[in-house]
Amino acid sequence: MQIYLPIAEVSVNAFLLLGLGGIVGILSGMFGVGGGFLMTPLLFFIGIPPAVAVATEANQIVASSFSGVLAHLKRKTVDLKMGTVLLAGGLVGAAVGVQVFAMLRAMGQVDLLVKLCYVIFLGIIGGLMFIESLNAIRRMRKAPGSYAQRKKHNWIHALPLKVKFRTSGLYISVIPPLIVGLFVGVLAAIMGVGGGFIMVPAMIYLLGMPTKVVVGTSLFQIIFVTGFTTLMHATTNYTVDMALALLLLIGGVVGAQIGARIGVKMKAEQLRILLALMVLAVCGKLALDLLLQPAELYNIGAGGHG
Amino acid sequence: MIRVLALLLALAGPALGEEVVSGLSQNRVSITADFDGSEILIFGAVKRDTPVDPDASRMDVIITVAGPGLPVTIRRKEKRLGIWVNTDYVEVDSAPSFYKVATSGPFRTTLTDTEDLRHKVSIERAIRSVGAPSSIQQAAVFTDALIRIRKRKNVYQEQPYTVVFQQQTLFRTTVKLPANLTEGNYLVRIFLTRDGKVVDAHQKTIYVSKVGLERWIYNLAHERPLIYGLLSLALAIGAGWAASAAFRFIRG
Repeated sequence: MQIYLPIAEVSVNAFLLLGLGGIVGILSGMFGVGGGFLMTPLLFFIGIPPAVAVATEANQIVASSFSGVLAHLKRKTVDLKMGTVLLAGGLVGAAVGVQVFAMLRAMGQVDLLVKLCYVIFLGIIGGLMFIESLNAIRRMRKAPGSYAQRKKHNWIHALPLKVKFRTSGLYISVIPPLIVGLFVGVLAAIMGVGGGFIMVPAMIYLLGMPTKVVVGTSLFQIIFVTGFTTLMHATTNYTVDMALALLLLIGGVVGAQIGARIGVKMKAEQLRILLALMVLAVCGKLALDLLLQPAELYNIGAGGHG
Repeated sequence: MIRVLALLLALAGPALGEEVVSGLSQNRVSITADFDGSEILIFGAVKRDTPVDPDASRMDVIITVAGPGLPVTIRRKEKRLGIWVNTDYVEVDSAPSFYKVATSGPFRTTLTDTEDLRHKVSIERAIRSVGAPSSIQQAAVFTDALIRIRKRKNVYQEQPYTVVFQQQTLFRTTVKLPANLTEGNYLVRIFLTRDGKVVDAHQKTIYVSKVGLERWIYNLAHERPLIYGLLSLALAIGAGWAASAAFRFIRG
């Protein structure tokens, strides 16, 4: 069934959009990532104009994250206190990021910088997570029962303004989560994603939060950052396509529910190794695009330079 | 007085007394949510004061359909420091979002180059005419690329022999407007040619617009962006909650 999208001004198959939404939704529910880093390139691929894809994707992430958070809230795997601290940093970061984005746009080459950002961050995070999870699994095999000790005392614990995060079982300063939130907010605005794929590893490895809590908390924070982004895009660029968002999110919310239930049944290490592989696959695809000679050297963009 | 009138009449009428009259099967295309392209029949006849001269050479008909012109930027990739980067670019002020040329005979004999230049009929002329800047020396390479890419996507079409021209009098052709249609006025031009020269020309307009829900969403997004944005968010949160509630219900 073909459907004409009013803002994107293209006609696409409704079932294709529902399916894409569903698959990305499952991944989103399993890993606590918004799925934007997968969905946005997929939307480009099926012919949605990039500006519309980025803005609408933000709106769709709100829906799938909200659906996911409800599932996590019921299981009490959301650290609301930590989420709020991360969010405070995130909103400031997003506002800064939008300004940086506008600056890069004026300089041209924003596409390239966004792609380079993707390749670098996906590569680093995917690689680190993959190695770490592999080691964790190996350790588990060698000595079952002796769980990896992750709560190390380091410089983070020497910082002032310590707060108790009961759900995460942490007693640390609010400064590191604020900085993490800020940094992710900036990147999220520049790369046009929720930032879950950066946030999740940052919470695990930098803040030392338990993996089960990380997913729900990341989703909680993503809702607000992407909601903010959606409003910014709607009011400045008029590029949010409600019809496209609706189709994607119908598939997405259903997928997120399924994903959250699959996630519970899997071991944390398996979850992380899968996420790492996915991140590396997207990174590899983007890197190849930059390195190989394209079949068509020319490309057509909408009017106006940038 | 009568002499002046006669002179005016003689000047007004085409030299050979041959005129195009034409019609469209529809001059309005409504884009609805399930819009999947539209086929339009363009038909007409040659109106003559005198019967067809058997010694006169063959006539031909050319029909062009052009979508609304939009500014585009054409960029070229080059290898810099090992990666492929957009480097040079050419901006075209206005390139039609859709363009089709249908002729009753082979294009080159149907229309001479000079007439093509004057009336801007072929795809190449129709694009060039809208002022590619002369600042970049090989601007033509960029417009060629634009035409090549859009031809491959079937957005620009050149179709000889697709106008049926009967008895040198009646003609018709069908135009398939694609599903990815841009809103605006589509200009239909009909040229009557003999020996590659334009004898008469005629224009019609097809009005393409979004209607119903599509119109409403589009207007809301552009006129009340904040409300539209909040509505989108409400929709997202509502759907997220509904899915969660539905799953809870299913699982008891």
